Amino acid sequence: MALYRSSPGRRIAAGVVLVLLVLLPWLLEILDQSFYVSFASRVLIFALAATTLNLVIGFGGMVSFGHAAFFGVGAYCVAILADSGVLSAALAWPLAAGVAALLALLVGAISLRTRGVYFIMITLAFAQMVFYLVLSLKSWGGDDGLSLLHRSTFGSLDLKDDSTFYFVVLALLTLVLAALDRLAHSRFGRVIQSIRENETRMEALGYPVFTYKLVCFVIGGGLAGLAGALLVNQSGLASPSLLHWMQSGTLMVMIVIGGVGSVFGGVVGAVLLLLCEEFFVGISPHWQIGLGLVLLAVVLRAPLGIAGLFGWGRNRE
Amino acid sequence: MTQLILEQALNGLQFGLMLFLLAAGLTLVFGIMDMINLAHGSLYMVGAYLAAAATQASGSFIIGIGAAMLGTALLGVLIEVTLLRRLYARNHLAQVLATFALILIANESVRMIWGAQPVLLNTPDELSGPVSLVGFFYPAYRLLIIGVGALVAALLYVLVARTRVGMWVRAGASNREMTEALGVNVRLLFTAVLAFGAALCALAGALLGPLLAVQVGMGESILILAFVVIVIGGIGSIRGALVGSLLVGLVDTLGRAALPSLLRTFLSSETASSLGPALASILIYVLMVAVLFWRPEGLFPARS
Repeated sequence: MALYRSSPGRRIAAGVVLVLLVLLPWLLEILDQSFYVSFASRVLIFALAATTLNLVIGFGGMVSFGHAAFFGVGAYCVAILADSGVLSAALAWPLAAGVAALLALLVGAISLRTRGVYFIMITLAFAQMVFYLVLSLKSWGGDDGLSLLHRSTFGSLDLKDDSTFYFVVLALLTLVLAALDRLAHSRFGRVIQSIRENETRMEALGYPVFTYKLVCFVIGGGLAGLAGALLVNQSGLASPSLLHWMQSGTLMVMIVIGGVGSVFGGVVGAVLLLLCEEFFVGISPHWQIGLGLVLLAVVLRAPLGIAGLFGWGRNRE
Repeated sequence: MTQLILEQALNGLQFGLMLFLLAAGLTLVFGIMDMINLAHGSLYMVGAYLAAAATQASGSFIIGIGAAMLGTALLGVLIEVTLLRRLYARNHLAQVLATFALILIANESVRMIWGAQPVLLNTPDELSGPVSLVGFFYPAYRLLIIGVGALVAALLYVLVARTRVGMWVRAGASNREMTEALGVNVRLLFTAVLAFGAALCALAGALLGPLLAVQVGMGESILILAFVVIVIGGIGSIRGALVGSLLVGLVDTLGRAALPSLLRTFLSSETASSLGPALASILIYVLMVAVLFWRPEGLFPARS
């Protein structure tokens, strides 16, 4: 696998998609389908969450099986703050990202001492601890979760309006994607991708491998917390199922479908998966069999995901 | 008090032995082929459903168990031959994803065949009563599970530690290439191990069925515990799986029983009763992290 390199063509394609996404609320209004604006926000939020996991797995080479913990902790942060009267997004969202990043620092500092399978299992173990903690704390809603009665407030922006909220989500996602693209080409990005390819060699070259991986892990965790903060605003409920290991699995599914180690892989995967879900749920209640078969086909036939099929991802060796 | 502890210890032993039935197959698959098989929990679920269906059809719990073990073993072989074989050479991410897909397919298939409601699997009538042990009563059925679990564990130990096939299995887990070079058909051996592991899954599913609910998703929660067990024990080691299972079973059960009252001694009773179950669920993960922290390869590393 080579290092990630974005081409002018890919940037133009991304620009076109961005313009379409900006126009989406008006398009939906013309089609009289405004209900879907909120669904679109949800898709973009999952795209953000998957992108943060792609940073950790695809670029950093750390197969974390506990990413849902950071995602869920961000959601719970916002819900708990709202419960005690703090509604300001300017305060709550960075705090959610900060708490998630702090948790990622703790989990990463211990987990990154292990390799391979043991790393997968230990990140899973930490995520399970958080899951059970949240599940059993009655003051945080226990099994039922914690509902968010009012969306966060942000200056003069009316986030209760679905279109405004959608634009905020879109802006944040665009920002994160642009930052990830910069990062992939930066010195830091080159180093973590090289560590993914050959850790021993990078160690021998004198790079502080552990620190680089930890920083990458913390950035991914913190941004996942931000995605969680957005999600609880979209759905109005911080539920323990956000922290369940199947959620971590779903995020992994998204990036594998979209393309591991490609800047837009997470977005492509999240959009495809959620659209399929929305579409097939109406057709058959047993649509997950179809999803399973598609996933198998992707793993067996297109190891680099959809992005890989079209040559958008990292180049094959 | 001692009675309570003794009873809980027996419950822990029973749970640990059932975990061992699952962990044994999982650790060998993992150890020999370096393959993460998330679908192992689905085999357990399918086994429980088959047992429930066969018991209902035949009226005999024993026939039910036998049919479930046979059916699940066949399913295991089918999955191995059609899918898992293609994944051995792939990285762990691909294995996790492909077997995650298998979980989705298995869950939905079971939901299609048996519906979303839990299926009933009753304790056999002759075992439904309690038995008098020294000083207290204990459910006969749980005692039977302990007996069967201990018997299977002993048989497995003899099989792995004393027979030629067992020697091949251990050799495969320790160094696959070398074993192949010495003329052992590791591929065939592995299909056999998977079938055997699937049968053990079905046994555990059938035995636990009357105690826990037979429902979709039952495989996922116990799968994670089985992974914790084999990581604690050391991947590929049967002895590690046994020690890990008993450790996890006892710590989990005793923790659940003792922690709330233990916390009550120095916390308010309300906080203790809400925090107790949380800490008890977390305990085994703390145990695993602690083991990995000091022994990154688990308690009994199989690889040389």
